Amino acid sequence: MRRRSFLKTTALATVASFSLLGPAFAENPVLKIGFVGVTSGPAAAWGTSNQRSMEARAAWINETGGYDIGGTKYNVEIVSFDDQKDPKRAIAGMEQMAQAKIHYVVGPNVDDGAAAVRPVAEQNNIMYFPYAFPKELYTAPASNAILGMVANYQSGPAIYKHLMDNNGVKKVAFVAANESDPLTQRDSGAAVARELGLEVVSDSVTYQVDTTDFTPVLLPVLKTGPDLLVLSGVSPANAPQLIRSARELGYTGLISTETAQDAAVLAEGAGELANGFISVGGASTPELASDMMKEFVARYTKMFGEYNDESNTKVYALEYILATIAANPAAMDNVDAFKTTMDTFEAPNPYMVGDAKLKYVGDSSFGQKRQISVPLVVNVFKDGVFETMFVAQVD
Amino acid sequence: MEQILANGLYLGAQYALIALGLTLIFSLMNVLNFAHGQMYVFGGFVTYTVVAQWGLPFVVGLVASALILAVMGALIEVFLFRPVIRKSKRDESTMLLAAGIAFFLDAAILLLFGEKQRGVPKIVNGVFNWDFRLIMPYDRILIFVLAIALIVGFIALMQYSKTGRAMRALAQDRMAAQLMGVDVDRYSMIGFALGAMLAGLVGGLLVTITGINLGMGGPTSIKAFLMIMIGGAGVISGAIAGGFILGMMESVGLTVLAVYGDITYLVIFASLMVFLAFRPQGLMGKPWG
Repeated sequence: MRRRSFLKTTALATVASFSLLGPAFAENPVLKIGFVGVTSGPAAAWGTSNQRSMEARAAWINETGGYDIGGTKYNVEIVSFDDQKDPKRAIAGMEQMAQAKIHYVVGPNVDDGAAAVRPVAEQNNIMYFPYAFPKELYTAPASNAILGMVANYQSGPAIYKHLMDNNGVKKVAFVAANESDPLTQRDSGAAVARELGLEVVSDSVTYQVDTTDFTPVLLPVLKTGPDLLVLSGVSPANAPQLIRSARELGYTGLISTETAQDAAVLAEGAGELANGFISVGGASTPELASDMMKEFVARYTKMFGEYNDESNTKVYALEYILATIAANPAAMDNVDAFKTTMDTFEAPNPYMVGDAKLKYVGDSSFGQKRQISVPLVVNVFKDGVFETMFVAQVD
Repeated sequence: MEQILANGLYLGAQYALIALGLTLIFSLMNVLNFAHGQMYVFGGFVTYTVVAQWGLPFVVGLVASALILAVMGALIEVFLFRPVIRKSKRDESTMLLAAGIAFFLDAAILLLFGEKQRGVPKIVNGVFNWDFRLIMPYDRILIFVLAIALIVGFIALMQYSKTGRAMRALAQDRMAAQLMGVDVDRYSMIGFALGAMLAGLVGGLLVTITGINLGMGGPTSIKAFLMIMIGGAGVISGAIAGGFILGMMESVGLTVLAVYGDITYLVIFASLMVFLAFRPQGLMGKPWG
């Protein structure tokens, strides 16, 4: 009798547990999205913030039942490749994505990598979202690259104009690392400044990214007496040191950059000397962030231990890919359908308060919609956090 | 001119300290430690963790960096380099091992400390300003003084202690030192630990000024190799001279050559190639090894 009741109980428990586990057996189909970028070496912070943003968002989607595309829920899987900031490896990474039949890839993070992968992406029907600024990547006949952020030639004029009007800036100096991205950004920034009527007092001084003492680098720049010192394309690793050296040398003017920065890094590296530093960010400040953005930050922090403010911009690329495919499920494995959808695509921006939209832009800069619309939020650093200086829209 | 000289001396002191550890390991074991820069980075992150994360005094962070790197160096020597040196007579075996350790440490640093630039608050506030002819923040002056003190302490250790004499004997002639009763294994381990400790100490010192990040290891190793090429590999005084020469060249170049763009290191590399063509053993090295 006791044995029979034990068997019954066991059978019931087995049936009950299978019924409880039922949904787990009915797994969603998987949509793979690629990432090719730099997650090691000096520029690791750029790609790591990309990869972690994608992984945090994918985990969130999967945990809440998947992403609805054409009535089917898909789990999102991020396939990552570290290109080590090397164009040859970026090509290898993009080829790996092609072999895995992945059609949507975020990255690469730098100009030469983004240019190098173009043939592979176009031959293998891959849409990719670089964080690189060369216009030829986004202007016809190129059609597979979509700029994942605001370019410096778009944010620069807005910042300089604002500072001319509100802070009386007349003289500007540029300093850049001796690498392709910062040098390109310096040249285009200086050109824009001249067009606006600013006097460019210095734009030839450069530095090695591994510089440990910026005093000798900045001395000749600061002697020119700029009202605004622009750190062109500065990496989060170098920004605090440059700011600190400039302030310690007695410079009291404005300092700005057109790249995204991290508030914690600035606070640790430069402390209150970084107060007043102007940079570009996403929907980062409390007054702009929606509840979804706040939850994203919380999930990211829980998953990786610490948030990176660069992810305020980098959260967007994956969202655009998924939302565009959801708008036209045929785009799942057909990039031509994706391109067609881009022209008319519009959806609410879930990461910002108000009526901000997700949409593709770029007509004025590239002659076609090959840029995601992220808010151009110009921040100013103050006492460990970013405050919104002004918000603008590209295009 | 005063500013250029002060910048050169400040840079030279930190460079010399970096080069000392590298040249010590080379002189004792004939090992080119490609992981020296990564050890420097590790030391910086240890100080950062102790000071910025745990809120302990800076000196505790420095001591922690020194101890942890010394233990790491000793373990690397005992469990990695010693067996390889025993089994392989080819120099490239230790070079490949050192390169492997560098890659491993890079990955370990990424996992343990993350990808972000890190820094600790200024340990001394204020800036020394001599009529705008010479501007130097007090924390840099302090780091300069500490670096000089460490260099002097290191020289004293090597010159006057039993351990230092044993290590110098090893560096001069390994076989003869062994025949005279020097415990080669013990002093090799101590030497490697000391070299790694110096790297960690510099990392700990500079995290207050320059901060630290994952990518600083490789370039730091390259600069350290430059310094010992200038001064002479395996020679303590050569490493110090190489450090100060490189620091001064960098300071002068960045000021004088600024109008021509970033050509300072191009000029330094070109000068070094010409110099090595005439004196391949460096300033103080010996041509026979």
